[in-house]
Amino acid sequence: MDIKSMKNYLYWLYCQFELITCSYLMEPWEKLLFYTFNITMLVMVLYAAYIFVPVHVSTAFQFFLHLVGNQRENTVSILK
Amino acid sequence: MANPSAVCNGHLHHHHQKQNNLLKSGIYKKNGITKGTKKNGVSNGTLYKKTFIEHFEQAPMYVAVLTFLGFGVGTIFGYLRDFMRAWGLEKRNVAAEREQQKDFVPLYQDFENFYTRNLYMRIRDNWNRPICSVPGPQFDLMERVTDDYNWTFRFTGRTIKNVINMGSYNYLGFAETDVNALKTVTIELQKYGTGICSTRQEMGTLDKHVELEKLVANFLGVEDAMVFGMGFATNSMNIPALVGKGCLILSDELNHTSLILGARLSGATIRIFKHNNMQSLEKLLRDAIIYGQPRSRRAWRKIIILVEGIYSMEGSIVRLPEIVSLKKKYKAYLYLDEAHSIGAVGATGRGVVEYFGMSPDDVDVLMGTFTKSFGAAGGYIAGKKDLVDFLRTHSHSAVYATSMCPAVAEQIIRAMKCLMGLDGTTQGLQRVRQLGKNTRYFRRRLHEMGFIIYGNDDSPVVPLLLYMPGKIGAFARRMLEKNIGVVVVGFPATPITESRARFCVSAAHTREMLDTVLNALDELGDFLQLKYSRYSKSSHPELYEETRLEFED
Repeated sequence: MDIKSMKNYLYWLYCQFELITCSYLMEPWEKLLFYTFNITMLVMVLYAAYIFVPVHVSTAFQFFLHLVGNQRENTVSILK
Repeated sequence: MANPSAVCNGHLHHHHQKQNNLLKSGIYKKNGITKGTKKNGVSNGTLYKKTFIEHFEQAPMYVAVLTFLGFGVGTIFGYLRDFMRAWGLEKRNVAAEREQQKDFVPLYQDFENFYTRNLYMRIRDNWNRPICSVPGPQFDLMERVTDDYNWTFRFTGRTIKNVINMGSYNYLGFAETDVNALKTVTIELQKYGTGICSTRQEMGTLDKHVELEKLVANFLGVEDAMVFGMGFATNSMNIPALVGKGCLILSDELNHTSLILGARLSGATIRIFKHNNMQSLEKLLRDAIIYGQPRSRRAWRKIIILVEGIYSMEGSIVRLPEIVSLKKKYKAYLYLDEAHSIGAVGATGRGVVEYFGMSPDDVDVLMGTFTKSFGAAGGYIAGKKDLVDFLRTHSHSAVYATSMCPAVAEQIIRAMKCLMGLDGTTQGLQRVRQLGKNTRYFRRRLHEMGFIIYGNDDSPVVPLLLYMPGKIGAFARRMLEKNIGVVVVGFPATPITESRARFCVSAAHTREMLDTVLNALDELGDFLQLKYSRYSKSSHPELYEETRLEFED
């Protein structure tokens, strides 16, 4: 039952996408072209995110850690 | 009406505030009836005898963004298809010149029809649907299918029966085939035949026309009237007779094409004021009187204001009391086109003049059509006897156009007599009341459901906003699957982001029919996500049903 309502919901979401982007009006080959283009773009963006985001996040994290780390060392030295 | 200001939006709020600076009440005679203070601010009740509530709610911003996105995608694919057609990769279905004429000046301006070719063609099956019965509250459609994506159609031979008609301008339900109702029409048809074979000035004036004109003048409360065979031609052929070069026409932004055509044909200067906006109109009037004609600075020969009673794309009613007070102050003339409002508004169906409780002497030229509320064809112009006598000699329509068919004239006579009560029954008044009830019910339910509806609460024209181009086609097709026929309109008849479905409520619709339509709309609104309104009353309207009955007529 849950799968059925899930499938209906997904179909409804697909219909909304079709209506909003006017792909409801397109002939089948145009739809194929449009979806291929969209999916290609999406896959490329996700792939770029997969490659670059962890590297950037860890670099940024290290940078901030470095800053905070330096602070701690300075306070420790004063305390001593 | 329960709490109308909850449904009014910022636009109307603004209007009321501005108008109170404008209406310095010392100038206009009070009629003793003032409304109580409304939530919006000080009342402007000195001119309006009853509440004037119009809605023009704006949809949330994301709707406009998505609409443009949809049009963008459509445009890109349009360019792609045009490219393929130009390079021979796809068959060309539009008109093209012959091979021998390729070097000539092009006959078919291809790029101007870009929108028609690429967007309209894809959903063309929703327009020009042939019907094969009388356009009453229900009608029969001829079923047609397309094999090549709407470039050509073929009829399957079947008819779709009893489709609920929400598109025909049948406000009072006079488009009927009841034998008793059409008895006099049949007699006249057998007496006169169908053709006149002449124009009014030659040998085309029948006693039927004289009878009809007297009846129209009596109905409207004016001195005289003249009838013409076609409503569009009434406007476009008579405005040139009334104004000419050296005159000024102040025309509303959203006027019908017939008025615009008549104004352009006349050769007068045309200036446009914002839709139903009295400040804009007053500014134009003042500038016209102060500065006169453009180069010579002479006074204008005539200043005429062109407005309509009900605007058919918006459902808004003209602000007649304010316009009349402006015209009296600045000494301009008023031409009122009551195509959609005659028979449809007013306590006894006599149009916007009666709706606002004004006298027909205030309007200089009253024009209307018989196509909408009387189930016939044709138009009339009414007013003072001098005006109508002038038009009888100087109008292009009188000199060149064939006069009205006598059977059609008889249909108008019987409809008008029914409306005035001269046939001995109260059927006419019942129809007007039923239309008012249907209108109010339909609009109230649509507001409750959460759709964005434009227009005045009393106008039987109900535009429901769809916004996105993809939804135009989906809406019309799905409504037809549910056996309901609607009219959808998009760009260029409406602004690009505001495509809509236009419903015309009729007195012949029963409560069951309206409920069927409303349930279908509810379902479809949820499926297509059309309920953009932020002011819907409640999600449990049935709880309020009992209390609301007290306010129903």
